[in-house]
Amino acid sequence: MNTTASINPLENEAIYILREVVAQFERPVLLFSGGKDSITLVRLAQKAFYPGKIPFPLLHIDTGHNFPETIEFRDRLVKELGLELIVRKVQQSIDEGKVIEETGKYASRNMLQTSTLLDAIEEFKFDACIGGARRDEEKARAKERIFSVRDDFGQWDEKNQRPELFDMLNGEINLGQNVRVFPISNWTELDVWSYIEQENIEIPSIYFAHKRKVFHRDGLIWSFDDDIVYREEDEVCEELTVRFRTVGDMSCTAAVLSDAGDIVSVVQEIREATISERGARIDDKRSEAAMEKRKQQGYF
Amino acid sequence: MEVLKIATAGSVDDGKSTLIGRILYDTKSLTTDKLEAIEKTSKRRGYDYLDFSLATDGLVAEREQGITIDVAHIYFSQGHRSYIIADTPGHIEYTRNMVTGASTSQASIILIDARKGVIEQTYRHFFINNLLRVKDIVVAINKMDLVDYSEEIFNKIKSDFQQILDKTDYQEQNVSFIPVSALHGDNVVHASKNMPWYNGTTVLGHLETLDTSKIYSGNTPRFPIQTVVRPKTEGYHDFRGYSGKVCGGDLSVGDEIMVLPSQTESKVKEIFVHDQQFDTAVQSSSVTLTLANDINVSRGDMIVKKDELPSILKEVNATVCWMDSTQLRSRNKYILQHGVNKVLSIVTDIKHKIHPDFSGIDSDVRQLEMNDIAEVSFKLNRPIYADPFTENRENGAFILIDQNTNNTVGVGFIR
Repeated sequence: MNTTASINPLENEAIYILREVVAQFERPVLLFSGGKDSITLVRLAQKAFYPGKIPFPLLHIDTGHNFPETIEFRDRLVKELGLELIVRKVQQSIDEGKVIEETGKYASRNMLQTSTLLDAIEEFKFDACIGGARRDEEKARAKERIFSVRDDFGQWDEKNQRPELFDMLNGEINLGQNVRVFPISNWTELDVWSYIEQENIEIPSIYFAHKRKVFHRDGLIWSFDDDIVYREEDEVCEELTVRFRTVGDMSCTAAVLSDAGDIVSVVQEIREATISERGARIDDKRSEAAMEKRKQQGYF
Repeated sequence: MEVLKIATAGSVDDGKSTLIGRILYDTKSLTTDKLEAIEKTSKRRGYDYLDFSLATDGLVAEREQGITIDVAHIYFSQGHRSYIIADTPGHIEYTRNMVTGASTSQASIILIDARKGVIEQTYRHFFINNLLRVKDIVVAINKMDLVDYSEEIFNKIKSDFQQILDKTDYQEQNVSFIPVSALHGDNVVHASKNMPWYNGTTVLGHLETLDTSKIYSGNTPRFPIQTVVRPKTEGYHDFRGYSGKVCGGDLSVGDEIMVLPSQTESKVKEIFVHDQQFDTAVQSSSVTLTLANDINVSRGDMIVKKDELPSILKEVNATVCWMDSTQLRSRNKYILQHGVNKVLSIVTDIKHKIHPDFSGIDSDVRQLEMNDIAEVSFKLNRPIYADPFTENRENGAFILIDQNTNNTVGVGFIR
């Protein structure tokens, strides 16, 4: 038996937040992308409610542009932990005419997810959506609260946020509103990776170095998949050893050159990185305020 | 891994964001892509220097106006310690954000423009840090480059500031003065070559000396129950655990405890974090406890050591900082959230307003406006189990929630 209980302040804070969600809301859900941050949330939820089961379902907004490795991993995780998984597809929102597929060189379904997400929140009457966003990721996210209220339209009013004092979380909302909850707000990318290493958490294989067909554009390495990612004729495909530092859609996530084949070398690589995590996010390069705009509309 | 949370305070244009940007730059925490974005924007605006405030001002409106509107959280690490800086706005109307930032911080940096010296805002910033019992204060006297790095000016500002210190009742507070130029990097991370007369530490050097584990250590544990764990699954049929975060001190297996409000006595039987068992749950750890007897415990109850009872209050006197555009008036009702416990409250008396510049009180008061600080009394529909804020920072504060808007409209510090 160990003498003293966990003194990792970030883990303690995240577990406290998850317990507050379950106590203060009737229908919480965990927004699960299959990326390292949402996988970390699943582990924290396991810890928070042990020996009970995780008392909320996972919701995956499926763009149809996923890396197959992520989907395979998702299904295995859900099965192993006996979790409830809800999947809602962007394709359906397109088929129903709610959103229009982007075309051209930079077409991505990243923006379209918002509509599908808001529909799912309404369908299931979710009142708290737990997400893995971190404040260190991006400058608009740095302004985010732990309990962040969204109005009936799912929108974020960034200039009129509730103050959050000490560790007291105010989950009072009106019918139709919902709260986005960010338990790992205060974690950095390195904190997440160190935790994955320390806790021995399994993550999808695309986070580790592998050979992949790719092409270069705007200084970034794009995945080669002509069904999903638009490619011009002069953008030639080649095979390189790469890994993904952040995992979103195939059409909005760039790979990085890397030989890091295991968690120890990934942590080392992040420690020495001179480019930020979202530097490899094509969706953030759209404009200086890309994230703020998406968040106002109800994005994750 | 240690985490030190720091708040910043200063008036508009005192250079808070620049100071933070400088810390990030000099600790090599700014990645190449972020640095390039700063270079590009600085150049486009025609500056002949790098505008580090661009690293922290995240909202479009902030970058347009060159001001900080909302608290931003900035992260960096040095050695085995992670730092979280709450960059809080200096505008008078945004005082609530400063209180918010300071409430989660173990240390504060107050900026003073060396050309302007101690101004009314400085008093307010220090007052709030004092009210919130922020233990360690760094007074960074900035823009020393614009006063020829003058020792005389530094000493004058320091002695002006020390006069405020004489007016406070918080003797344990540790206040240090550091002359800096955030723009040029003097005494921020690297020692200044321009101020040979200063022998003290740099801002970061000072923060590195703070012992995070000892800052708010106490020895009166309080365990507010967040959730009750009753899995009723095979192997855990009779398991009844109480989850929460220990505050104010440590709890150990075998401790004789009392559950409030029922006042039932028992002993701590087991302490769990996930599937691991421990002897002791230290302050701030999120754990699940089991007790030696089966007793009725629910969310909002509190487990305390049996001979260290908190006050059981149905009437509360508190210093309130009002944070909303509506007004607090006598007879108004609010949800009072103390930790994880929510009760209904009614304002029974507004005793007096406190001038947040240490200049005294104002007894003729009918209502509180945004940013007012006052002594207020409340009556509660159910009791809370609390300590004076000055004795237990975590168990001595509450927030007020407006039942009509659900907004957090105020914060109270129990007397």
